[in-house]
Amino acid sequence: MKQVTDFILVEKRDYGRSVLLRLRAETTLPDIVPGQFVQVRVDGSPNTYLRRPISIHDVDFGNNEITLLVQQVGEGTRHLAAAKEGDIINVVLPLGNGFSFPEKGERCLLVGGGIGIAPLYFFAKVLGKKGIQPVLLLGGKTETDLIRLADYQQLGDAFVTTEDGSLGEKGFVTMHSVWTERQFDKIYVCGPKPMMKAVAKLAAETDAWCEVSLENLMACGLGACLCCVEDTVDGHVCVCKEGPVFNTRRLKW
Amino acid sequence: MVNTTIDLGRGLVLRNPVMTASGTFGYGEEYTDFVDLAQLGGIIVKGTTLHPREGNPYPRMAETPSGMLNCVGLQNKGVQYFIDTIYPRIKDFDTNVLLNLSGSTLEDYVKGAEMVNELEKLPAIELNVSCPNVKQGGMAFGVTTTGISQVVSEVRKVYHKHLMVKLSPNVTNIAEIALAAEAAGADSVSLINTLMGMAIDAEKRKPKLSVITGGLSGACVKPVALRMVWQVAKAVKIPVVGLGGISNATDAVEFMLAGASAIEIGTANFIDPAVSAKVAVGITDYCKRFGFQSVIELIGALEC
Repeated sequence: MKQVTDFILVEKRDYGRSVLLRLRAETTLPDIVPGQFVQVRVDGSPNTYLRRPISIHDVDFGNNEITLLVQQVGEGTRHLAAAKEGDIINVVLPLGNGFSFPEKGERCLLVGGGIGIAPLYFFAKVLGKKGIQPVLLLGGKTETDLIRLADYQQLGDAFVTTEDGSLGEKGFVTMHSVWTERQFDKIYVCGPKPMMKAVAKLAAETDAWCEVSLENLMACGLGACLCCVEDTVDGHVCVCKEGPVFNTRRLKW
Repeated sequence: MVNTTIDLGRGLVLRNPVMTASGTFGYGEEYTDFVDLAQLGGIIVKGTTLHPREGNPYPRMAETPSGMLNCVGLQNKGVQYFIDTIYPRIKDFDTNVLLNLSGSTLEDYVKGAEMVNELEKLPAIELNVSCPNVKQGGMAFGVTTTGISQVVSEVRKVYHKHLMVKLSPNVTNIAEIALAAEAAGADSVSLINTLMGMAIDAEKRKPKLSVITGGLSGACVKPVALRMVWQVAKAVKIPVVGLGGISNATDAVEFMLAGASAIEIGTANFIDPAVSAKVAVGITDYCKRFGFQSVIELIGALEC
């Protein structure tokens, strides 16, 4: 069940352009699955009227905590990033549909680009609990984009690309040697749209099944306003309600 | 005890003055985790046209100071789909369910209204003659007195339940338009629909919306809406339903003081999905605080 909840910011970590926000609720969290997102209200920012959709980076059900990685891209996210520990942050959650779980024995690749690596952490963690070890391929412009890399490396074989070559292989995620060295049954992608399209193409070439997580501009987050639509084989559908995770076969890419 | 009942006429009785605006509350189902619909006077479901529409391309939304622009363009699956698939799911909600009906030709409006006239648990339609986001959309009818007279009188002939007409603010004299709707047989008018606006991305030198212009809504439009409700309420005898930027109970009370018999919550549902029920409670609290026995006493109670 979806809910509106006041969380307390219990920990904030600074990663330069992005921040990690660990939020604790006084009440029990609803069920949340990897790939779902939240809508965060931004207080005290006159030009920020709407909530900001943010993917769920991690969940600690025992402590009623969710963790978000917020990249500062505009005034709204800058205000969120300026929150202080102890501040109240109002969140609507959980929204949208998560990634489809693979069958046991299927070889999974999780591909993240930039801040798009955020939801893959929770996903890889849950996969691990189900006895599935994913391979992670994480890309950034530069080394500092690869937030919490050591933690990701705990969750599976993790490969890295950077556009400037400061870490891992130089170039885009689609250029990494793992594509020639290994084969995958299911590929999950979150990142900038051009990157997701490139990975989807690569997946199609290798006959792999592929899911992507989209982040179109949203207002309601509930499937009511019909603003965040993506063109699919079924027509315009709301990314917030029918996504954000889509099988690439459904998309008109 | 405060009596919160509002009778808008021709069988449309609201348990309280709060409804949710078309296009901001889906079909109600999207909000049942947040709001007990039995706490609302009514819900007005997404703008529906006779034939299915895919709507405008993405991007359809641009945030603006204290508001937003949209150019959704009446994406919907058509009246028949509504009757067959959606109506059976929502007809037993413990609140009034109203259909917002739009069109691009007179025939579409009439046919659509005729088709939903027999739906037992649909006590009213809100005739949308004011969507700014569709070429040859309803707004063509809604911006002249002759246009609105024509569409309202033709729909009136086939639609025998409560006929609410949603007015466009994109006109020179909204009171004249409201009077024309009243004379043509409207049971009530609701206002305002969105104000036509535009947003530009200076970095890219491109419009932010796919079809360049869109409808402005949210807190920023409230003063304009309030003024128009006040002007229309003075002009017409039929009930006025006020909307435009209402975000809390105080806003709602202001619209009633200006002459609205009921109100709609729109864009505020996006910021707080539970806001509509809170507004209903807040209106009652206001009445208690000032000793009003009935919310009816608020209507037009502005002291000028």
